[in-house]
Amino acid sequence: MWIDSENDMLTEKYSEEILKILAKYPADQKRSAVMALLFLAQRETGYVTRPVMGEIAEITGTLITDVASIVGFYSLFYDEPGGKYRIQVCTDVSCAMRGAEAFVEELCENLGIGVGETTEDGLVTVEKVMCLAGCDKAPLFQVQTGEGLEYHENQTVEKTLDLIHRWRRNR
Amino acid sequence: MSPYLLLRHRDIPDIDKLEVYCQQGGFIGFKKAVVSMQPEQVTEVVKASGLRGRGGAGFPTGLKWAFMDNNAWPHYVTANADESEPGTFKDREIMEYNPFQFLEGVAIASYAVGANVAYIYLRGEFWQIARQLDWRIAEMKEAGYLGEKIFGTDYALEIYTHLGAGAYICGEETALLESIEGKLGQPRLRPPFPPVYGLYGKPTVVNNVETLTNLPLILERGAEWFRSYGTEKSPGVKIFSLSGCVNRPGNYELPLGTPFRQLIYEHGGGIRDGHAIKAIMPAGASSALIIADEKALDTPMDYENVPSLGAQLGSASVIVIDDSISIDWLIKKTVHFFCHESCGKCTPCREGTFWMKHLTERIHAGQAAWEDVQLLYDVASQMKTKCLCALGEFSIEAVMTGIDRFKDDFIERVGTEQTNIRIDANSKE
Ligand SMILES: Cc1cc2nc3c(=O)[nH]c(=O)nc-3n(C[C@H](O)[C@H](O)[C@H](O)COP(=O)(O)O)c2cc1C
Ligand code: SF4
Ligand code: FES
Repeated sequence: MWIDSENDMLTEKYSEEILKILAKYPADQKRSAVMALLFLAQRETGYVTRPVMGEIAEITGTLITDVASIVGFYSLFYDEPGGKYRIQVCTDVSCAMRGAEAFVEELCENLGIGVGETTEDGLVTVEKVMCLAGCDKAPLFQVQTGEGLEYHENQTVEKTLDLIHRWRRNR
Repeated sequence: MSPYLLLRHRDIPDIDKLEVYCQQGGFIGFKKAVVSMQPEQVTEVVKASGLRGRGGAGFPTGLKWAFMDNNAWPHYVTANADESEPGTFKDREIMEYNPFQFLEGVAIASYAVGANVAYIYLRGEFWQIARQLDWRIAEMKEAGYLGEKIFGTDYALEIYTHLGAGAYICGEETALLESIEGKLGQPRLRPPFPPVYGLYGKPTVVNNVETLTNLPLILERGAEWFRSYGTEKSPGVKIFSLSGCVNRPGNYELPLGTPFRQLIYEHGGGIRDGHAIKAIMPAGASSALIIADEKALDTPMDYENVPSLGAQLGSASVIVIDDSISIDWLIKKTVHFFCHESCGKCTPCREGTFWMKHLTERIHAGQAAWEDVQLLYDVASQMKTKCLCALGEFSIEAVMTGIDRFKDDFIERVGTEQTNIRIDANSKE
């Protein structure tokens, strides 16, 4: 496999963290680190590029196609950019019985986007997702940011818009 | 003493701090096991306690451990913290607020089966919880509860977290193991079962978070004490995740065998907005639909009585449905979930959930005739027993029981054959 050494972006930036991740698994089972490395790769941009997948393949002794299929299989990995903040609202069974659908629609209307779309300034994407294990605190959503994943529970459209205003100011 | 066995944080402030946890009897059970018991004796105590798996299947925990193949090493323990069943949110509360009791449980299980490494598999959404657990694991190591020479013995143990990335199927134990191995989360053919062929092909125990969290107190206080809670065949307490059309949704820790009525009305505050209760799903979206009549409400919630209502207790994620909800809408939601989460490995489930999704959408939109309801039922029946893993079976539970037990909702939606024009299958929705 051909890897452009200029593209050893992960290793350059996170060499210590990579070693820590690899240390969790038996020495001959580096492949186990693929998912943790993908999370690491997504940390800044929110998605994974082909060259980075290649680098992860190299670190874990797998093929780039293996890594790409992992990205395709798991819904928290992305191979294309979205908004800086991905708001993922649960509209699954229990939440839908507690107003989650109306919440998403009203939120999107206020942001001038459809579900699955990103605001013009590239700040926010709103998506519907399956159960987030917070069914007693609907409406709720998780936000994917560079930092990681945050939960926001017992939401109202006003509360959420407030939060988005704060992100806008802080950027 | 706290009336809680699992959700002890609710009346012991700061039990998520190591110091406080230790003051509350923390690690007495683990220490007793490692210092004064053989691993097999630990397994015997757990067998005697009658503890059954809280992840869904209710399999006896001690018996599962006894299946570990002692001719192949190393052994592994994996904690199932995938918690993705719609309506389930109990493991999260344990890990966030009473984390050391869970971690001690992981340690006890590991000692019992001779594992020196344990993994906690958390759904990717629990990123924050995983980070907190990492800190707590580090604290435990610092304090000598993990690492080499635990309590001055030769026993060594490391616990690691491993994050999934958004796939319900990874809660199925063999898909979970594949996922830890860095592969697609697709179930393996079973047998062999994980205690024989598990992680990296080695004997492995997979236990749910809540199951494991029971262990410290069982070791500390004994099997007899544990059996003083719950019923003969379902000993102990259970965390019931109550959601849907109730006034006070939330987690309720109650003895197994508590009737539905007590959970829904006493604890959950009854049905909201003056509506009447219509149906209950006792095991989340995977559940059969129970008609919520007086008999059902008086039925004890345990592994042996819920089946008399044509359902399973499962993970005890009780979703309450009132008379404002139509069942054709409900099964559209559950089928949508399973279609989205089908891993695609076997045809009956991949194709079946796809067709059920289209049919339930059409039916709910009123663009269907009774034959479509019949077709939906047929598709579901054809999937029965033909799927590689239980996800496929779960997907038809609400569909078949929904049509069987709440026929009127469907008739109302599609009308009768004569009054409804059948929409061509190729027409746009
Ligand atoms: C599709 C599917 C999803 C599952 N999800 C979970 C889950 O999120 N958590 C869990 O503990 N068990 C889940 N299970 C059950 C596990 O396969 C396994 O039985 C359980 O983790 C064993 O632990 P226990 O004996 O302690 O209950 C799931 C099973 C299936 C078929
Ligand atoms: S039943 Fe569904 S989820 Fe299970 S293996 Fe088959 S396709 Fe995958
Ligand atoms: S159904 Fe929405 S969090 Fe569970």
